[in-house]
Amino acid sequence: MSGKDEAELSRLMRAAIAGDEKAYADFLHRIAALVRGFVRRKIVQGGVDPEDVVQETLLAIHVKRHTWRQDAPVLPWIYAIARFKLIDAFRRRGRRIEIDVDDIAETFAEPETETVSERDINRALDGLSPAQRSVVSAVSVEGRSIGETAAKFGISETAVRVSLHRGLAAIAKRFGQGRFGRE
Amino acid sequence: MRTDDLIKALDADASSKAMPLQSAWWMAAGAAVVIAAAVFLLTIGPRPDFMAAAHTMRFLSKFVFTIVLAVSAFALIRALSTPGASTGRAMAWMAAAPVLVAVAVILELFMVPEALWGTRMVGSNMMICMGFIPLIGLGPLAIFLWMLRYGAPTRPVLAGAVAGLLAGGLAATFYAAHCFDDSPLFVATWYTIAIAALALLGALGGRFFVRW
Repeated sequence: MSGKDEAELSRLMRAAIAGDEKAYADFLHRIAALVRGFVRRKIVQGGVDPEDVVQETLLAIHVKRHTWRQDAPVLPWIYAIARFKLIDAFRRRGRRIEIDVDDIAETFAEPETETVSERDINRALDGLSPAQRSVVSAVSVEGRSIGETAAKFGISETAVRVSLHRGLAAIAKRFGQGRFGRE
Repeated sequence: MRTDDLIKALDADASSKAMPLQSAWWMAAGAAVVIAAAVFLLTIGPRPDFMAAAHTMRFLSKFVFTIVLAVSAFALIRALSTPGASTGRAMAWMAAAPVLVAVAVILELFMVPEALWGTRMVGSNMMICMGFIPLIGLGPLAIFLWMLRYGAPTRPVLAGAVAGLLAGGLAATFYAAHCFDDSPLFVATWYTIAIAALALLGALGGRFFVRW
């Protein structure tokens, strides 16, 4: 299984780096599933939300994709990043464990509903500049294309691309530094 | 934000480009050599009898130690800044420079009478050695720590320490061209202390500066 995954994922990643957006979307969806499985196996007790770690890992994979050597296997690279982000999440949780008692109680009370609004990434998004936040939201949550987003805000496509790129980089950086809210 | 939504945003940003890490490392190495050379030439510069000294084994041996350290640290730091890259072999090569120094020290102890061991070790300018190796290495260390931020080291403290060893090996290579103390006894003592100081600084940089 791993050998086939490896060949297919490397191919998609190489195509993505060469500019194939469809290959990149395909790559990211497969990676999300792989990392989700990995993280869920590793998190045996509560405290860390697996989906937060999946999202942090995807962002890190995106902003650090220049660190992958195209002649090296891609799976060890992906799992090394996922493991790093998982350890980071545990370490952070260890630090804030006392503040989080109430959150945990609530989680027990209604385990399945509305964890979406509690995502770390939403808090990180809130910390962005208004321009970056609205562009990132338009492209992600509202699912608009670059062109549609440009039309919506009355700015150029280049400006949308720049805001999106800087916004994503800023979120990734906040995750790396363990900062999530507005400072 | 759902994960699928995040993927839409990442995909829309697919066209953004960054220089491949491995190419960036070679450029960083070039910049670090230039900065170290500039600081060296503007401050202490090579010793006046450089050409004559270049015919002696002890003088040349200093460059073997420092260049071997720099080359092995460069190989290791490139692996450490790449997630999932195997580091075992590069880690093993880090023993090469210390082993060479140890062999040279043993040879020196056989060749030099016991009464001179102390003077050879203390040398004539250990304070300059301990001051200038870190001074020449500071610029390169800053570049290498920036590079670690650009990369993705999963062991940032270790990677930072190796950045210090790399900066130290590079700085010591220049410093060795200035220094009159060529005995392995001197090198093993004072160069080691000066390079270790850079490694410690690098480890601190890795801990507090290299977050991703």
